[in-house]
Amino acid sequence: MSANLSAILYLVSGVLFILALRGLSSPETSRQGNLFGIIGMVIAVTVTFLSVGNFSSGFIYVLIFLAIGGSLGAFIAYRIPMTAMPELVAGFHSLVGLAAVFVAISAFINPSAFNLGAPGNIKLASLIEMAIGAAVGAITFSGSVIAFLKLQGIMSGAPITFKGQHLLNALLLILIVILTIYLCSTQSSNLFWILIAISFLIGFLIIIPIGGADMPVVISMLNSYSGWAAAGIGFTLENTALIITGALVGSSGAILSYIMCKGMNRSFFNVILGGFGATDQTASNQNKEQRPVKSGNADDAAFLMKNASSVIIVPGYGMAVAQAQHALREMVDTLKKNDIKVSYAIHPVAGRMPGHMNVLLAEANVPYDEVFELEEINNDFANADVAFVIGANDVTNPVAKTDPQSPIYGMPVLDVEKCKSVLFVKRSLSPGYAGIDNDLFYKENTLMLFADAKKMTEDITKNL
Amino acid sequence: MEIDPFIFRLSIFILSIFVGYYVVWSVTPSLHTPLMSVTNAISSVIIVGAIIAALSGSDGVVFSSSSIYGFLAIILAAVNIFGGFLVTQRMLAMYKKKKKDK
Repeated sequence: MSANLSAILYLVSGVLFILALRGLSSPETSRQGNLFGIIGMVIAVTVTFLSVGNFSSGFIYVLIFLAIGGSLGAFIAYRIPMTAMPELVAGFHSLVGLAAVFVAISAFINPSAFNLGAPGNIKLASLIEMAIGAAVGAITFSGSVIAFLKLQGIMSGAPITFKGQHLLNALLLILIVILTIYLCSTQSSNLFWILIAISFLIGFLIIIPIGGADMPVVISMLNSYSGWAAAGIGFTLENTALIITGALVGSSGAILSYIMCKGMNRSFFNVILGGFGATDQTASNQNKEQRPVKSGNADDAAFLMKNASSVIIVPGYGMAVAQAQHALREMVDTLKKNDIKVSYAIHPVAGRMPGHMNVLLAEANVPYDEVFELEEINNDFANADVAFVIGANDVTNPVAKTDPQSPIYGMPVLDVEKCKSVLFVKRSLSPGYAGIDNDLFYKENTLMLFADAKKMTEDITKNL
Repeated sequence: MEIDPFIFRLSIFILSIFVGYYVVWSVTPSLHTPLMSVTNAISSVIIVGAIIAALSGSDGVVFSSSSIYGFLAIILAAVNIFGGFLVTQRMLAMYKKKKKDK
């Protein structure tokens, strides 16, 4: 196949990938978008086979390895429970990162296969691109592995910090730049290996200080990194499809990180530097004195809801942990039969990844036009009779609006306290992730329901 | 003076960042999780590089030191491509509108 024709076809597949993302602007067009993505991928792979034009025994092996990886991926995709989506995405990011590292290594060992010169005499620009692709890929890999372990609960979600952490990271980053410069002048393979090893170390070090509830930012950030790594390799291979895709994915992840940071009213650097530990300790200690709370049981909750005309549901990470989404939908179905208006309010950072709650509700067959974002629904709380908070905490804390001393001050929150009554399903009175007490617990119109989210929801349904 | 082809690739890269910026802002927040899984799948187009690397062995030698890395990368990328697109499809199939007859 001529180089020009394959370049044009790579461009076509890049355009199809753009359409795949474009389709996600609404659920109706999204399935078609996904199809465009698949077609784009098929084109890119086919063109690569035709332009390499080597259909010897190696080709058979490529197909075999493709089939092994493909069936493994398909198996995972069908078996994974929707609550494990954040772990899955983190795991997938690590694979992209590692694949980028492997391709860069291969290009370094055998540059002539990629038209980049001879070993020990690789074109300068290609060498820089290769080094960037390998470094970013390695950071993505080890960072995603840590994120995966934290989300899976294999590693504690608590931030791990030590003295001089930021200094060490900064020094390592500078070291990478120096190594890249030396690599370009000496073409030494040892330097290339050291560069990759240090990049693995950096990925590890930048993710360990980040806590569980900051995971939405971390996952989005790693999403972005995997894109930049792909783009780096795209420059090395002079491949348009890879460059376009890398840029798309890179900017997509960056935008998601920005949205998540805004949802927490924190700067990107604040999250990355793991800043949430120091300030809140004093805040949580101050509020230690016991204040009276009203607690109730499923019967009380059912009574309140039965007499309501509109109910707003506020789900959070606790709902995912308790796998309560199906029980919740059954409760809502019963409410609807009693002519009660029900809607769902989703905070941008609810859950462990962007859009986490939406997927879980969709899985439980909740129609997406009953689910609203913070800005869309926040004014409705004042007119609603009951707010049902299930597994959310910090995102409902009115302290964010009233107390400038609070670490979450300025964070956009759901105005749950404006409802006539608030039902708060929670296992205990313990503070949320940010380590601060929620004023909502002690409000006159709040009824605490101390139980497992799933069990409580089922009990309420029985009492309705 | 001739323009280095690198500049053309850089132009594509920069413009694609802008395309990505505008396209992703138009993605509805409720589909942010499928967005992540589909970007994951498409970034595995890196398999293109893996295939070139895997087929780089000279005649008769399928597994050379450089092609082995290519084969490993093919497995990783293939997991991502199939896993990413299929899980996205599975998620998107769940997003339903309210039934009209209610």
